[in-house]
Amino acid sequence: MPNRRLTGSRIREKRIDQGLKQAAVAEAVGISPSYLNLIEHNRRRIGGRLLSDLARVLGVETALLADGADSELLDQMRAAAAIAGDVAEVARAEELASRYPGWARLIALQARRLAVLEDRVQALNDRIAHDPQLSSALHEVISAVTAIRSSSSILVGSEDLDDDWQRRFHENIHNDSVRLATSSEALIAYLETPDAGEDMGVSVAEKVEKHLAQVGFHLADLEVTEPDITAYVASSALTEGPADLLTVFAKQYVADAKALPLQEFELACQATQYDPGRLAARFGAPVDAILRRISTLPQGSGHPPNGLVVCDSSGSSLFTKPVPGFVLPRAGGACPLWPIYGAMGRPTQPLKVEVVLPSVPALRFLCYAVAYPVASARFDAPPVLRSTMLVLPDPPQGSAPPVEVGISCRICPRTFCQSRREPAISGLAVQSAL
Amino acid sequence: MGKRVLLIEDEPNIIEAISFILSRDGWTVHIHEDGDTAMEKIALTPPDVIILDVMLPGRSGFDILRDLRSHTEWKEIPVMMLTARGQEKDRELALRLGANHFMTKPFSNADVRDYVRTLMEA
Repeated sequence: MPNRRLTGSRIREKRIDQGLKQAAVAEAVGISPSYLNLIEHNRRRIGGRLLSDLARVLGVETALLADGADSELLDQMRAAAAIAGDVAEVARAEELASRYPGWARLIALQARRLAVLEDRVQALNDRIAHDPQLSSALHEVISAVTAIRSSSSILVGSEDLDDDWQRRFHENIHNDSVRLATSSEALIAYLETPDAGEDMGVSVAEKVEKHLAQVGFHLADLEVTEPDITAYVASSALTEGPADLLTVFAKQYVADAKALPLQEFELACQATQYDPGRLAARFGAPVDAILRRISTLPQGSGHPPNGLVVCDSSGSSLFTKPVPGFVLPRAGGACPLWPIYGAMGRPTQPLKVEVVLPSVPALRFLCYAVAYPVASARFDAPPVLRSTMLVLPDPPQGSAPPVEVGISCRICPRTFCQSRREPAISGLAVQSAL
Repeated sequence: MGKRVLLIEDEPNIIEAISFILSRDGWTVHIHEDGDTAMEKIALTPPDVIILDVMLPGRSGFDILRDLRSHTEWKEIPVMMLTARGQEKDRELALRLGANHFMTKPFSNADVRDYVRTLMEA
């Protein structure tokens, strides 16, 4: 989708990339430096011939300045490049995405597909090596085959076998063949269960999130006076682990909805401009409940777009509601500078932090994060913490500079980052002027 | 009385087939089907050769083998292990624990006969 409001930011990024002075570019296109400055800070709309002239001076496609490349797509392309090592010109990912958006999407799509297939191969490997049910089923089949082979060898190889022994071994073979048929059917049925199919590489949490995304993360069925969680989960078509996890989510949802009734909460959100601190004070509710409730407000009701992440002390994501431009690795390995991790170090202390990603154009988010213990304190065990972070994209410019964060080190071009764990893939470092 | 083979295995029809072929070769075959009490059986009537299944009710064949090899009296008894799991790690573990031979199911009767004879003569 075109993002004209940020065209100025892209012009500024490209100009700085090329080491051009504002005055020189302004002169080249016949405008004043101060007017170009207003354009670059997105305070003047730009289009038509002036945009074409600026694109020409900056040596880029007009469309690249006007629409930019989808930052999420760029991240996916960089992640794809990271898989292959140093073979791709990562620094030119945006150029590729702008010139050939279809090919760029194909690269991202294939990388995602590759990741899913790799996960599935790993799951199958784990299953064959460690699944007790499969191991037991195979053992049963092999035992029956062994008994049949031994018994039949005796019948074939022993010409002097008396009638009693012959009858016994015939009977054994019959019994073992029945057992083999039954155990083979059980094995096939087990291998054909839905978990062995298309969704095998998808985690339980992802299945639940996929379902919730389909309903916009707002569960109208549970907003009533006496919600029926069992009926709701049954209507979701999820089963087993995902159904259990959805039940946990639904129970939390109902508790939040009771503490923060929808109509009253929506009005309060508008009155406080979605300030979690003021909302928590108004409703006397914990901050994480406020963050969750904002993230489940109904779409299309004028509420701002938002994302939500919940993680445990290991940094692994337990729940993710995505928002365009924002993504964190699910199984850890994320940039540790996100406030969701900082909140872990200061339990019960809410954090409000504006962050900026190293994308082009630079994406900013306002993050509210808080961590709470989820179990009673014990002298013999560390606290079990859950950290929750609400992410609001593109906030008004704050007075303090935003915290520079990334997605993960491998696809982060920032230099001199004290939190870096590993080098970025080749090509990203050249973007250090960002 | 012929030389004694102790067959520690819990599959009745495999027990019957192995017992039959070894008996015909002149062995006296003793049967035991439970992992937890296998060592008591060995103590009661020490065999000349043990055929030991890995997956047993109670303790596994590996556990029994480990105990056997730690006993001064019985550590020299030849042991042939049987398993439906032919994975290399199982074979390595069996041999590391002191098994004299490792045979995967399904096996041939002729192989069982040959290896038991070989172990006895070794």
